[in-house]
Amino acid sequence: MKPFALTAVLVGVLAVAGCSKSPGALDAGFGAGAGGIVPGSASDPSSPAYFQQTIGDRVLFAVDQSTVSPEGVDVLNKQAVWLMENPAFTAVVEGHADEQGTREYNLALGARRASAVQNFLIERGVAPNRLKTVSYGKERPLEICSDEICYAKNRRAVTVLAAGGLTS
Amino acid sequence: MSLTKLMGLTRLTGAAVLAGVTALIAPVGVTAAWAEPLRIEITDGVIEPLPFAAPAFQAETSGAGQYAAEIARLVAADLAGTGLFREIPPSAFISNVTSFASPVAYEDWRAINAQALITGAVSENGGNISVKFRVFDVFSGQQLGDGLQFGGSATAWRRMAHKVADVVYSRITGESGYFDSRVVFVSESGPKNARRKRLAVMDYDGANVQFLTDSSSLVLAPRFSPAGDKVLYTSYETGFPQVNVLDVNSVTKRILSSKEGTMTFAPRFSPDGSRVVYSLSAGGNTDIYTMNVNGGGEQRLTSSPSIETAPSYSPDGQYIVFESDRSGTQQLYIMSAGGGEARRISFGPGRYGTPVWSPRGDLIAFTKQNSGRFHIGVMRTDGSEERLLTASFLDEGPTWSPNGRVIMFTRESQGASGAPALYSVDISGRNLRRVVTDGPASDPAWSPLLK
Repeated sequence: MKPFALTAVLVGVLAVAGCSKSPGALDAGFGAGAGGIVPGSASDPSSPAYFQQTIGDRVLFAVDQSTVSPEGVDVLNKQAVWLMENPAFTAVVEGHADEQGTREYNLALGARRASAVQNFLIERGVAPNRLKTVSYGKERPLEICSDEICYAKNRRAVTVLAAGGLTS
Repeated sequence: MSLTKLMGLTRLTGAAVLAGVTALIAPVGVTAAWAEPLRIEITDGVIEPLPFAAPAFQAETSGAGQYAAEIARLVAADLAGTGLFREIPPSAFISNVTSFASPVAYEDWRAINAQALITGAVSENGGNISVKFRVFDVFSGQQLGDGLQFGGSATAWRRMAHKVADVVYSRITGESGYFDSRVVFVSESGPKNARRKRLAVMDYDGANVQFLTDSSSLVLAPRFSPAGDKVLYTSYETGFPQVNVLDVNSVTKRILSSKEGTMTFAPRFSPDGSRVVYSLSAGGNTDIYTMNVNGGGEQRLTSSPSIETAPSYSPDGQYIVFESDRSGTQQLYIMSAGGGEARRISFGPGRYGTPVWSPRGDLIAFTKQNSGRFHIGVMRTDGSEERLLTASFLDEGPTWSPNGRVIMFTRESQGASGAPALYSVDISGRNLRRVVTDGPASDPAWSPLLK
């Protein structure tokens, strides 16, 4: 399959680039001995930890928006490649909002954000049946201050990996 | 004297608290002629609270003493809590009531400026109590309406006190009361980034809390059925938000709708209790749907790429008010209960959400966000006469008292240690009060007046 071969090359490039930008992940690898790859650790490019830390499992949104930002596009391109390289994983995309807004509206806004990420990944080739979405609205903030510095991190969509098939 | 049964107290929650309550209201003693009525007209202007005296009720049996004192205290607390009445402290009393049957020494009550006097008596017999009471218009020297009597299990003494207070409130204001009612809400615990939530129900004043779910999965925004026997809410029990319906008596629940790949939330009952209106998100788009409470009969009411959520029926069931960002920002709209074209009713600055139709049908309460502040407000159903009742860092989610005079809502404090609490305010914007709960609480929904 042609697209598959191309993908594999891309992953290799991205993985190298990712490692060079991520001393934390490299340290973890060295700590485990011999500079080798410890399966399942962040140094293992096929691990969820690698996906989370090196690829980046989340994208952030502007206030009241669900359009993926240019930075977000980069992250999601890498997520798509990784997901196609690691077909054993499925994912739930969680959409979140900051606390500025009513509960119901934020649930709907989180649904929009999760769906924006899901659609992006599907357009980049991830099989639709590997992705689900859920909205938490403002119910699960990551940062708890009531300032923009926290709100910016809470307006997010997080691609949460799961091994195996999705259950309904 | 023949006792006419006017009303039965039906079992309410099946909880131990109220189990086995059966009561009746019957006229007691002599019927006084209606005098020139002692009356509070509830208006939007500033009013002077009406001073009243509520001496400890008479204990007519040996086991009734504590109830006699506490019921009078609770009646007084209910009335004073409205902001429409002011209790004259017992320390100011000149006269002591020594017998329920004795004539009232009006002069002694006039002297301390009590405009209303509430007297009562309690008897206890084998775990049941009987409460009788009278209301007097002190300045005209007349009894206000018939004396009444309630009976029931002693464990339900608070309900009996609330019923007494409802009668007094109703006789003096001319409007039905709201004290014998319950509130379902979300009880919260844990830090802001790992909040645990569970459904709970309590009396309107925060007493008799009973948990309806554990905190193993996130639950949001419960709503009472019109009969008070069921609660709709959103649960993440399956990992995805879905509308559940819970039977309050048996505390059994079931998922109302669970279509693959969809999320449902923001449910409310139709006024006849047979249908549910709710939001459903599919493919990132949220629209409004209805279905039968018992399943089936699904109908899509809106079909737009914008967010349509927070639907609420008019009391006659003919219309639905909801919020939509189809104009670019959240605004309020009204459509026919069967769907179709919607009319925008909110036009002020800022964003409007969570509209709730008042039980009287004349007003719509809402949450408003403007210039970084949140408000609870009310407007007429055509959008006119908008009034903001509160302002804070985060106020949201209004719910109406059964008589449409008071609104309860969630107020969340700011910052890393911020937490939600329940507040109430009357529709004139007066009498803002915190509802006492044991720990953080959110998403209150008021029951109808209990039967």
